[in-house]
Amino acid sequence: MSDFWILLTGSLVAACCGIVGVFLVLRKMAMIGDAISHSVMPGIVIAFLLSGSRDSMLMMSAALLFGLITTFLIGLMQRTGIQSDASIGVVFTALFAIGVILVSLFARQVHLDQDAILYGEIAFVHWNIWELGGVNMGPKAVWLLGFTLVVIIAVISLFYKQFKLASFDPALAAAVGIPVAFFHYLLMGLVSMATVSSFESVGAILVVGLLIIPPSTAYLLTDRLGVMLGLSVAVGVAGTFLGYGASVLLDASIAGCMVVAVAVLFAAAFLFSPSQGLVVTKLRQRRLAAQAAIASVQKQ
Amino acid sequence: MKTLDKLHQHGAGGVKAPSGATSPLSVSGLSVAYQKKPVLRDVTFEVNEGELIGVIGPNGAGKSTMMKAALGLIPSISGEVLVYGKPCSEQRRLIGYVPQRESVDWDFPTNALDVVLMGTYGRLGWIRRPGAKEKAEAMECLRKVGMADYADRQISQLSGGQQQRVFLARALVQNAKLYFMDEPFAGVDAATEKAIITLLQELKKNGKTVIVVHHDLATVQQYFDSVLLLNVELKGFGPTSRVFTQDMLQHTYGGRLAFLDHTIAAGATEAHGGVSL
Amino acid sequence: MNNFFAMLGDPNMRWIFLGCMLLGLSSGVIGSFSYLRKQSLVGDTLAHAALPGICIAFMLTGVKSIGVFLVGAAAAGFLATFGISFITRHTKLKQDAALGIVLSSFFGLGIVLLTFIQHGDYGNQAGLDKFLFGQAAAMVGGDVITMSVISAVLVGICSLLFKQFKLISFDPGFAKGLGYRVGLLEQLLMLLVVVAVVIGIQAVGVVLIAALLITPAVSARYWTNTLGIMVTLSGMIGALSGGLGAWISSSVSNLPTGPVTVLAATLFFAASVLLGPERGLLAKWLLRQKVKRSYHAEREVRIAEAMKGESVS
Repeated sequence: MSDFWILLTGSLVAACCGIVGVFLVLRKMAMIGDAISHSVMPGIVIAFLLSGSRDSMLMMSAALLFGLITTFLIGLMQRTGIQSDASIGVVFTALFAIGVILVSLFARQVHLDQDAILYGEIAFVHWNIWELGGVNMGPKAVWLLGFTLVVIIAVISLFYKQFKLASFDPALAAAVGIPVAFFHYLLMGLVSMATVSSFESVGAILVVGLLIIPPSTAYLLTDRLGVMLGLSVAVGVAGTFLGYGASVLLDASIAGCMVVAVAVLFAAAFLFSPSQGLVVTKLRQRRLAAQAAIASVQKQ
Repeated sequence: MKTLDKLHQHGAGGVKAPSGATSPLSVSGLSVAYQKKPVLRDVTFEVNEGELIGVIGPNGAGKSTMMKAALGLIPSISGEVLVYGKPCSEQRRLIGYVPQRESVDWDFPTNALDVVLMGTYGRLGWIRRPGAKEKAEAMECLRKVGMADYADRQISQLSGGQQQRVFLARALVQNAKLYFMDEPFAGVDAATEKAIITLLQELKKNGKTVIVVHHDLATVQQYFDSVLLLNVELKGFGPTSRVFTQDMLQHTYGGRLAFLDHTIAAGATEAHGGVSL
Repeated sequence: MNNFFAMLGDPNMRWIFLGCMLLGLSSGVIGSFSYLRKQSLVGDTLAHAALPGICIAFMLTGVKSIGVFLVGAAAAGFLATFGISFITRHTKLKQDAALGIVLSSFFGLGIVLLTFIQHGDYGNQAGLDKFLFGQAAAMVGGDVITMSVISAVLVGICSLLFKQFKLISFDPGFAKGLGYRVGLLEQLLMLLVVVAVVIGIQAVGVVLIAALLITPAVSARYWTNTLGIMVTLSGMIGALSGGLGAWISSSVSNLPTGPVTVLAATLFFAASVLLGPERGLLAKWLLRQKVKRSYHAEREVRIAEAMKGESVS
């Protein structure tokens, strides 16, 4: 049974991250995703300290708040003329540092150690059960991730055209009256939600892998946004299954193996994508050259 | 407050205050500053309906900035912009916009038809999606720019000229009354240039007003009814024959224009009666 | 303040304090060049990418020493930079996605290897997970001395090659025209970043060492437009942050050095953002008010003239 819950949790993480990640990659904000996944840390710890429990809703709100603060600070610094790279670097390291310090100082109160930050606790996910009126409802993490996934799917499908236009051509979006800044923050809010619900399972740093690698893989495989969203989720879920299998075989970190698995899938797409793969384009070029050579021989 | 009223009257030519209500675009006292220096200073003009207007000026003269500020895309430090007598934000449906081609990432996973459909997003409101009717309109617009055969083509596989035509089709489908186009002729092939100018003429025939940022001085007289000369400040605005003269261009570009003498020789023979502001 | 002097009384702590300052100095100096080359996050990526290199180096040799780790991390860093440029060159993915992909996949691999080491029988693995967030107080004498010496060497190289680095940061094309081996210099700068990351790992940790490369440099940029001053200032801010980090974390139990150092640097950054001349928020705000005022004054004059002109005609 634990296998089932771990795979389900992993797949839900992959789905949440895979969907919002697509827009991060397309808007060239992959590293902002990285920043948010680090900087929700202090939010989570503060929520722990305040409530004394792992109350999911409080955690979610705190993480949302910190995600939006991160986005706001990065934007603010860019406006004062700091390169976006450097703004991202300064903001997330500072917030992450606060998080780690809080964990170190209050480790006993928050039941959260540095290992959890890095590896996540997906292996123990089925131990933390949600009980409703004495009835076993299944792991809490699954409910939390399920809720997040529903929110993400609802928001993205409701405002699909706005997200699409604001990603492709923000100037036109603003000119036709779409509140671009609002959708920017909405997206960042979704990224924060995805990050914080995945945090317990795969850890703060490896979330980034699931936010960026599956969408990048899908990007290499298709020319349609809708298809890209679907493929991104598929790659993430496939990575979950492969990674879990590998981690059982090798007796290693499940989250780490999941990220390595999606990285392997990326490498495969990079080399063998039918439209843009490195090997495929090289072969095509060679075939064309050969055909040209044959044609010129035949002419003679 | 009194001085401001005075300024508006002065800016609009000093006499025709009430006509501002019907002008497609009336800009008064528009100023934009990025850092220390204003990149656009106290620009005031009012365009007539149904004209093709070329915005001309050297690099860094604030042409794109003026357009973006007029559209409300960047904040201005002073000034007022009225579109058909109302603030720009209330008149979005009447405005079509063609940004510079380089401003978007053409690797975006989408095809030509889809890009054109984006032109309908503004009028669809918050929730509605483009349906069969919008698709038919978008196809029609692609046909008008000669790109119907490329509807399914991934946009990165289009040539620069074809990408520009897709952008124009997208503006067409917006079905606006006032169009802003930021350098639509930049880096396009001869066929596209011709297609674009035909389209502009057609828009004009249908009573639309089109404002175009333009670089190629050689074609200005041929393409535009009115010319707006800009170099941080408004250097001149009026009918092409009166404003597009050697003196006025010298005034706009400074001393950097000697080599263009012959290109405007034809128009320069007329008396230079342009309104120098 | 008392425990500050108490710390300096302990010879080992004295070395650690000095070492952390030198580390901050060298990474501040190198970070300035990364910042100007718009590669701040490359340092972050290299730091994360170093983890699997270090783990493999440890698994092969079973030794925990900076020298061995340097080799592993340099190899991993080289692979990572190659990976980033390979991805951006051969796909439509942009730099940010390439960084994210390389960073997370290397780090994922590093975590897998780290769990291997923990589950396996590698004897003295206990210290290896300290590498993630850094624990300066746990460093032994030999390591501290290595760290200090290498930091000093890094600063030395940067001051010797200042002119070259300045040029490749500002205008690599022109540098090529002058006959500089730009490719080689860029590789060297990258190598210096990797070295700074590796020697900083025990003190600050893989996850946050990037901040020592980024934050002091950005802070310094607020104060000056001259590269020489910026590099010096950035080094000083780095050194102060390193010193503060070592001191505070050693005086509170269970507090990792890395985050404290990063927060110290962030404080300097916040001060710079607020107070920096020209670019600082306060200066900017004052300037904007001034521009607005003078603009409106100028306008009044023009309006007055216009009215005068009209009344005359």
